[in-house]
Amino acid sequence: MNINLTLIGQAISFAIFVLFCMKYVWPPITSALEERKKKIADGLSAAELGQQALEKAKVDVDSKLSEAKSEAKNIIAMAEKRQGDILDEANVKASEETSKKLKLAEQEVEQLSMRLKESLKKDLSKLVVEGAEMIMKKEIDKSTHDKAIQALVTKI
Amino acid sequence: MATGAQTGSEYIKHHLTNLTFGKDPSDGIWKIAETAQDAQEMGFYAVHLDSMGWSIALGFIFIMLFSIVGRRATTGIPGGLQNTIEIIIEFIDSNVRDTFSHTNKLIAPMALTAFVWVLLMNLMDLVPVDFIPQIATYIGVHLYGMDPHHVYFKIVPTTDPNVTMGMSLSVFFLAIFFSIKNKGIGGFVGELTLHPFSSKNLLIKVILIPINLFLEGVSLLAKPVSHGLRLFGNLYAGEMIFILIALLPLYAQWTLSVPWAIFHILVIVLQAFIFMVLMVVYMNMAHDTGDH
Repeated sequence: MNINLTLIGQAISFAIFVLFCMKYVWPPITSALEERKKKIADGLSAAELGQQALEKAKVDVDSKLSEAKSEAKNIIAMAEKRQGDILDEANVKASEETSKKLKLAEQEVEQLSMRLKESLKKDLSKLVVEGAEMIMKKEIDKSTHDKAIQALVTKI
Repeated sequence: MATGAQTGSEYIKHHLTNLTFGKDPSDGIWKIAETAQDAQEMGFYAVHLDSMGWSIALGFIFIMLFSIVGRRATTGIPGGLQNTIEIIIEFIDSNVRDTFSHTNKLIAPMALTAFVWVLLMNLMDLVPVDFIPQIATYIGVHLYGMDPHHVYFKIVPTTDPNVTMGMSLSVFFLAIFFSIKNKGIGGFVGELTLHPFSSKNLLIKVILIPINLFLEGVSLLAKPVSHGLRLFGNLYAGEMIFILIALLPLYAQWTLSVPWAIFHILVIVLQAFIFMVLMVVYMNMAHDTGDH
């Protein structure tokens, strides 16, 4: 309980600690606090900007989506039209082909029938000639008759 | 209890005496006082080794802890220690901002130092009263061959009026320094002599000067005394009660020491806070140049 030099010792150490605190303790910690405050504020504003960008992007996405949908519709419609066209074309081609084939077949048939007719004519005329020959073998000259028959044949 | 041979009052006296190193008035040699009587006779030229040692050690703990955190302070996510220290610093900062309305870079660090340092010194009060003194006695007896009754050791620096007055007087002189710096010598003297009673009449004014000087002088000098003694008194009383509780039989001590320790936690923090706030208030008054 005596007042003595401890008083002065304490005052000196108090002064030293205060000076040390003022130099090495207070400034770094308060500046760190200050900086963190700024960082948090920056982060918050950045988050807000991000939110806005997100909303904008959402709107963008919606418009793009609807655009794409309408485009898809167009494409489908075009494809359908195209399908119809192709089918029509194919139909036309097919019918043309069949008619061509039919014609060819007809022609062939005609030719065949012509040839048959001709050969039949020939055979018939030969038969007629042979018959006539047999009938009129003696009286009629063969060459003149042949000429007449030839003329007949060409007439037919 | 320290030793069975002691009576209750001897035990209390022993616990209230500092380990004093000083100049023996009889032969002029600097040595450790052997009895309380010796310590008293040494007068002003003596140092309380225990108070000084603990206060400086605790001050170092404070400075080391805070400067390490300060050096490693990150602006990112703070760790547990940094968080705690930031809370303390923000607490001090907001208190200083509320009370101190001028700009002075010294005030906030000084308030921080005073608060944490005083808090740490007060916290020593919660260490059981015989714990460290017994260790000190053991060391004193076995290393230095001292009489166990002559090994005095107080571990709570704030129960030493030298410590609390040392700080409050530093604040007092600093307040006078800032007062003169901000108001000029005329302003400072005027504050002491022309208030609280003043008059337009010059003669009455002159007559009022001694009255004013007396009133203001008392209030000026009362500040450091009440500042220092408030802290000392509270902690001394708390320590005293712990010592009295320690006189009880061993099995009964906890019934009183635990409630008192829990209550004392409040006192410890509160007194450190009051010491810090008063300091800032006095500093603020020293900076107030405004009209009274």
